[in-house]
Amino acid sequence: MLDDFFIRALIAGVGVAIVTGPLGCFVVWRRLSYFGDTLAHSALLGVTLAYSMEFNIAFSVFIISSLIALTLIQLQKRTNLPGDALLGLLAHSSLAVGLVVIGFLSFIRFDIMGLLFGDILAVTVDDLLIIWIGGALILLVLKLIWKSLFASTVNYELAEAEGLNPDRAKAIFTILMAAIIAISIKMVGLLLITGMLIIPAAMARNISSSPQKMVIYSIIGGLLSVILGLFSSLEFNTASGPSIIAASLFLFILSLLNIKQSIKLKN
Amino acid sequence: MGSDQNILVKLNKAGFSLNNKWLVKGVTLQVEKGRIVTLIGPNGSGKSTTAKIALGIYKKIDGSVEKYTNKVGYVPQKISIDWTLPLRVNDFMVLTESLDKESIDEALSLTGVIHLKDKNLGDLSGGEFQRVLLARAISKKPELLVLDEPVQGVDFTGEIALYELIKKISDELNCGILLISHDLHTVMSATDHVVCLNGHVCCSGSPMDVAKNNKYKALFGEQASQILSRYEHRHDHVHTSEGEIKKN
Repeated sequence: MLDDFFIRALIAGVGVAIVTGPLGCFVVWRRLSYFGDTLAHSALLGVTLAYSMEFNIAFSVFIISSLIALTLIQLQKRTNLPGDALLGLLAHSSLAVGLVVIGFLSFIRFDIMGLLFGDILAVTVDDLLIIWIGGALILLVLKLIWKSLFASTVNYELAEAEGLNPDRAKAIFTILMAAIIAISIKMVGLLLITGMLIIPAAMARNISSSPQKMVIYSIIGGLLSVILGLFSSLEFNTASGPSIIAASLFLFILSLLNIKQSIKLKN
Repeated sequence: MGSDQNILVKLNKAGFSLNNKWLVKGVTLQVEKGRIVTLIGPNGSGKSTTAKIALGIYKKIDGSVEKYTNKVGYVPQKISIDWTLPLRVNDFMVLTESLDKESIDEALSLTGVIHLKDKNLGDLSGGEFQRVLLARAISKKPELLVLDEPVQGVDFTGEIALYELIKKISDELNCGILLISHDLHTVMSATDHVVCLNGHVCCSGSPMDVAKNNKYKALFGEQASQILSRYEHRHDHVHTSEGEIKKN
C-alpha cells in the first residue's frame, strides 16, 4: 500500500495536519505568523546544507531554524531594531544565503519548485516515519507546556505570578515551531508552511467559542484541507502545497458565513 | 510579628528601577498567614511595583525577596486580554490551575457572577470582569493572595460586599493577603498592617499607628466612632525624577 506515492502523501499530510492544528492556534493567538515565515524561509538554508553534506533534510532544517530562532531572541535583546525589522532581516538574508549556496551546488540537481511549494512525489517511507514520530514528539511536548504556554498567552504576568514559568514555555514553543517546519517542508513547501499553520486556525477561530474547540476545529480544518488539496493536486496535476493551502482558503471562506450569521443573531 | 514558618513572602530593602529611574526603593515588609497587609499611597508611589516584586514578576531587583509559597492568587491592576482568543469565564477560571466544577462554581458564587460562567470574557462589563478576576484568584485556595485594586469598577454595594469577602477568605483559608487600595475608608477596618508608600516606605504599622503617625490625628479623635473610616493622609514631600526627596 505504501508503494503508492499518493497513499504516502496522504498519510504524511494527515500527520502534518494533526500537528499544525494546535500549533497554528498558538501562532494565531500569539501573533507569530511572521515569525513562522522567518523560520520557514531560513529552512532553505537547512535544505541546501543537507544536500551538500548528505544529511537528513528534516534534521538539518530543524537545526538551522532553531539557530535562526535563537539568533532572533539574541538580536531582540541586543539591538534597538523593532521586531518586524529583525524578522525581515533574518527571513530574507537566510533565504538569500540559501539561494547563493544552491548556486554553488551546481553538481547537484535541485528541484527548487518542489522545495518552495511541496512535492507529493518526493514523500518517502522514511519521511512518513519522520513526520509521525516527530509529530508525536511535538504534540507530547506541547501537551507538557500547554498550561503555562496558554496562560502566558492570555496574560504573561498572571502566569509568571502564579508560578508557571512562561519564559521557558515560550523558548520551548519556539523550538516546536522549528520542528514542525522541518517535518512538513516536503509536503507543503517552505513558502507555504505558515499558511498551513494559520489558515485552518483562523477558520477555526470563526466557528469556535472556546480554546479547546478552536484546536479541534483547526485540526479538522487542516485534515480536510490536506485531503481536498491532495486529491485536487492529483486530479489537476498541480503542486501539492498550493493545492492544500487553496483548499484551506476555501474552508476559511465557508467559515466566514458562520460569522455573518452569528453577528446577525446578536443584533 | 508571627513566627517564621508563618511568613509567606518577605521583602528586604527591595527596589526596582526602570530606565535608570527608581519606581520604588528600600521596601521592607512581610506577609504572614491569616494577615492582611495593605499598601496605600498616591498614584505612582510604587504600590503595584511592590506587589510585582513580591510576586517575582520583576526579577532584576535591588535588595531581596523571599517567597515561601507557590500557591499564589493574583488580581492585577491592569489586565489586557487579547480577543483573538475565544475565552469563556469557565476557561479563564482554570487558566493556571485545573479545578473541579465545585470549586469553580463556589468561587463564582462568592463573588456573585455564577450566572456569567458560560459567557465570553470579552462580553463582560468592567465590574463583572473584576469579580471574575477575584473569583479566579480565590478559587485555587491560595496561601498568598495579591490583590491590586481588586474592586475597581465594582458598584458601591458590591464593593463593600467584596471587601467583606476578602476579609472572610483571609480568615477561612488562613491565607496571607497583600492588598492595594485607594479606598481607605472601607479597607482600613479589615487590615492588620498598613504600609504607606511614596517611592519608599513612608510609615507602616497597624492602621491606628499609621493614623496616629499623621497630622490628621485630631480628626480621628473627634469622630471616634468612624475613627478609621475617616482616615486621610498627606505627604509632606515629593520625589523628583532623579530620586531625590523634596520637602513641600
